[in-house]
Amino acid sequence: MNKLQPLWTPVRTLAPTPSLNAMHDQRTIAQRLHMDIPLLLGLLLLSGIGLAVLYSAGGQDTNLLVRQGVRLAAAFTAMFVLAQVPPRHLLFWTPWLYAIGIALLIAVLAIGDVAQGAQRWIRIGPLNFQPSEMLKIIVPMMVAYYLGDRSLPPSFLRVLVAGFLVVVPTLLIARQPDLGTALLIACSGVFVILLGGISVRLIAACAILVSASAPIMWYTMHDYQRQRVLTFLDPEQDPLGSGYHIIQSKIAIGSGGTYGKGWLNGTQSQLDFLPERSTDFIFAVFSEEFGLSGVLILIAIYLAVVFRGLYIASQAQDSYARLLAGSLVLTFFVYVFVNIGMVSGLLPVVGLPLPLLSYGGTSLVTVMAAFGILMSLHTHRRLISE
Amino acid sequence: MKSIHTIKDIARETRIVRSRVVAACVGVFLLAGVLVLRMVQLQVVEYEHFSTLSEDNRVKIVPLAPTRGLIYDRNGVALAQNTPTFTLEIVPENVDDMEKLLTELRDVVYITPEDIKRFRGMLRKKRRFQSVPLRYRLNELEVARFSVNRHRFPGVDVHARLTRSYPLGASSVHLLGYVGRISEEELQSVDAAEYRGTTHIGKTGVEQAYEALLHGEPGLQHVETNAQGRILRVLERSDPAPGSNLHLTIDASLQAVAERALGSENGAVVAVDPATGALLAFASTPVYDPNLFVDGIDSRTYQNLLASPERPLFNRALNGQYPPGSTVKPFVGLAGLEHEHVSDEHEVFCPGWFRLPGRERRYRDWKKWGHGKVDVKRSIVESCDVFYYTLAHEMGITRLHDYLTLFGFGVRTGIDLHGESAGLMPSEEWKRRSRGQAWFPGETLITGIGQGFTLTTPLQLAMATATLSTRGVRLRPQVVLRRDDASAHNGVDLVPETLDTITPNLESNWQTVIEAMADVVHGEKGTARRIGVGVTYRIAGKTGTAQVFGIAQDEEYDAEKVDKKLRDHALFIAFAPVENPRIALAVLVENGGSGSKTAAPIARKVMDHYFQEVLDDNEGELILTAIGVPDSGSHGAIRRR
Repeated sequence: MNKLQPLWTPVRTLAPTPSLNAMHDQRTIAQRLHMDIPLLLGLLLLSGIGLAVLYSAGGQDTNLLVRQGVRLAAAFTAMFVLAQVPPRHLLFWTPWLYAIGIALLIAVLAIGDVAQGAQRWIRIGPLNFQPSEMLKIIVPMMVAYYLGDRSLPPSFLRVLVAGFLVVVPTLLIARQPDLGTALLIACSGVFVILLGGISVRLIAACAILVSASAPIMWYTMHDYQRQRVLTFLDPEQDPLGSGYHIIQSKIAIGSGGTYGKGWLNGTQSQLDFLPERSTDFIFAVFSEEFGLSGVLILIAIYLAVVFRGLYIASQAQDSYARLLAGSLVLTFFVYVFVNIGMVSGLLPVVGLPLPLLSYGGTSLVTVMAAFGILMSLHTHRRLISE
Repeated sequence: MKSIHTIKDIARETRIVRSRVVAACVGVFLLAGVLVLRMVQLQVVEYEHFSTLSEDNRVKIVPLAPTRGLIYDRNGVALAQNTPTFTLEIVPENVDDMEKLLTELRDVVYITPEDIKRFRGMLRKKRRFQSVPLRYRLNELEVARFSVNRHRFPGVDVHARLTRSYPLGASSVHLLGYVGRISEEELQSVDAAEYRGTTHIGKTGVEQAYEALLHGEPGLQHVETNAQGRILRVLERSDPAPGSNLHLTIDASLQAVAERALGSENGAVVAVDPATGALLAFASTPVYDPNLFVDGIDSRTYQNLLASPERPLFNRALNGQYPPGSTVKPFVGLAGLEHEHVSDEHEVFCPGWFRLPGRERRYRDWKKWGHGKVDVKRSIVESCDVFYYTLAHEMGITRLHDYLTLFGFGVRTGIDLHGESAGLMPSEEWKRRSRGQAWFPGETLITGIGQGFTLTTPLQLAMATATLSTRGVRLRPQVVLRRDDASAHNGVDLVPETLDTITPNLESNWQTVIEAMADVVHGEKGTARRIGVGVTYRIAGKTGTAQVFGIAQDEEYDAEKVDKKLRDHALFIAFAPVENPRIALAVLVENGGSGSKTAAPIARKVMDHYFQEVLDDNEGELILTAIGVPDSGSHGAIRRR
């Protein structure tokens, strides 16, 4: 990352803000396009790796590759568009977006389409629309909006209100039921609160509260969700049923060894032993074919993106931007951590894709939209007044 | 926009958020470390474990069943072979509408509702890409008709498989045996790894006894399969080694003659080469078709076979145990001579009955009015019972038992077939042990004429006759002349195996008995003189008639009056030529009446064929080096020139 340093511009938070016109000539093309080059390079690299692995996992099906390519293009477009939106506009629209989001979630529960036993979609004209995806961004925006409005660290009361802002959409999504998304949304909200500087004592109290509520959660869970937890605790208990995924996935990863079996040569994936190998379990395909060396490089790229994002957060000019940027990046990391943890048997099987590698559209657009906002926060920062 | 009235400590806020971001960095770093450690654990520490599991997933070992060895007779006539049979098979995944297909197939190939029922059952158990058989054993017309219409039936194909078949059908079934589908118990008794992929196993006869040789060594195919088990490619292949071909000692034509000669009677003919112990014929009637058993016999046919009063499945030559009757007399006579209870000249007066000293009961001779003065020779020629009552009484049961045991009475011959019966040579000790009773002197008498407790199998009788003909060499009977073994270049030939040698006390005693047996056939008064008519070689023989049930003291046995099932068994033992025996045999006809009328003519037919057809044919090919026979004396195997 060091060699990319010239692209960073040191921030002087109290510097008087020059007018847009005055700055115009000094900006690079990247700045003019509101792109953050290190971030963009990392994301493109991951997308490229994703396409290569998908080609192998999908049985060398070029149609699959083309479809994923189209999705990536759409996602990068969304990122680019959002990067052009000045943060003050985002800030202005935040409460309205939050209200609309909550309304849509309620609408989904009332009139949404049922697909695979879960009510997640809403039809607006010709478009099938998944409001919960939107809220992955809107919830941290709202919490950042609320906490950033007053001085930090927030008072206990404000933390409670912020908590309420997180819990409402989380519960609505958990009702659909979509545990993976609910978890991510809760995380994204909680990250804002944590970054906002709530006291360590409060964090500890919350941790105790969460662990105490675990048994209660158990009783409110659906059967398939409970099954996932049980399977996580002992996959061999049900080797042909739900444990099959994890067993085969661990075999795929483990048999990859240090250097892997080579691209297109992973037997676990090429011979159909590994289920869901194009989507949630694509990391197992990658590990089998590229081994530990490939895994280390891949994790390094993800970390580079995350650290760059955290750097952007720390350099942001106001609390809203800092909290939002930090939360979005950490949520991205949660995606990566939960997916790899799940595929390697560290965590229960929750249906979370590996961002930029897994085949699939909706979450990809959301992730890239988040990076678009991150870039907007970073590249517009000298244009907003304190 | 945010309220501009709020006064914020911007520097403090920045510090707080930045410190939290640093904490987040540390957190991210630690969690990423956890992932890396997990990967190291899976991919480095447990690599071997998962690598093995992955290979197990991927590579399946498919056994390749070896081709079963063929069985020939001594001249290369095929007795058991593997013939291609045609099976109609369907791959479900290639069929759009199974119901329609089955209906349409019925126009082309004969399909019973049972076929369809079995097919549906198998369909459920197999995967969609696995071929499921619908009809077995299509005939050629059906194969041709299907082939013409094949384009109408995608997913349906005719497969050729090798199936065991017995071209001679029922002939020699009791020697040859048959193969059938392996049962669970049979799988327990064999090396299961060797039989993966094998569907059939020898159930009886040579097929059972030589299973290990006939089966061969299975080959292996390492194939790569996907998660559904579909074979994608063959990684490695070792070909199976076919089983050894066996050439049996029997002559198919001689066997057929023996079976024909027995005709509709229930009986057995066992003929053996006295010089080697090689069986020449091994017939048991009635016979049945072993081909019925290969692909599973239908239960009705099987029940009929089981329930038949003729008991066709019963191997009379190997497992039938009958009283030897008068065929035991040459052996008892020889015992008397060798133990010097009688001499050549010694005579016994036969009034037609015998009474133990001080007892009332009369033991009758078959000839009501008696034979008059009888010496050993005449006692054999005319089969005088009183002579043997007397002799047995003088010898006592122990000596009688011991001497006859030397000839293999009551002892398993050790033939290379499974499940041989031992027969029974009674003794005092045996009776005490098995019945808890003392031996009665009267029982010695009837043992002397081959009645009472004594039981022999036709195989035992033939081997005892062979031992007599070779003057005391007791050989193990064998049924395999030669086996084409993969390990031995020119095959492994039969090696005669001497079990025991009886050292004659006086050579002339044997000569006396053998000459007497020759007179049974060739003498004026011989009981089998009728088969001596027109014979070009000299036969030594002895008739026997074994009582199936006892008749009262003064009653007369009249064959016409008693039920066929209770009629006497007819027996005949013989060897020929007397001077240089080439064949020794025993004939048994259940409820055949008299040995001279029923059994002896069968023996003549077998021997005629043997000397006229078989020996002439084989003389050029096989040099039989006799052993133990005074003429040659050297031990040796049958060799090919």
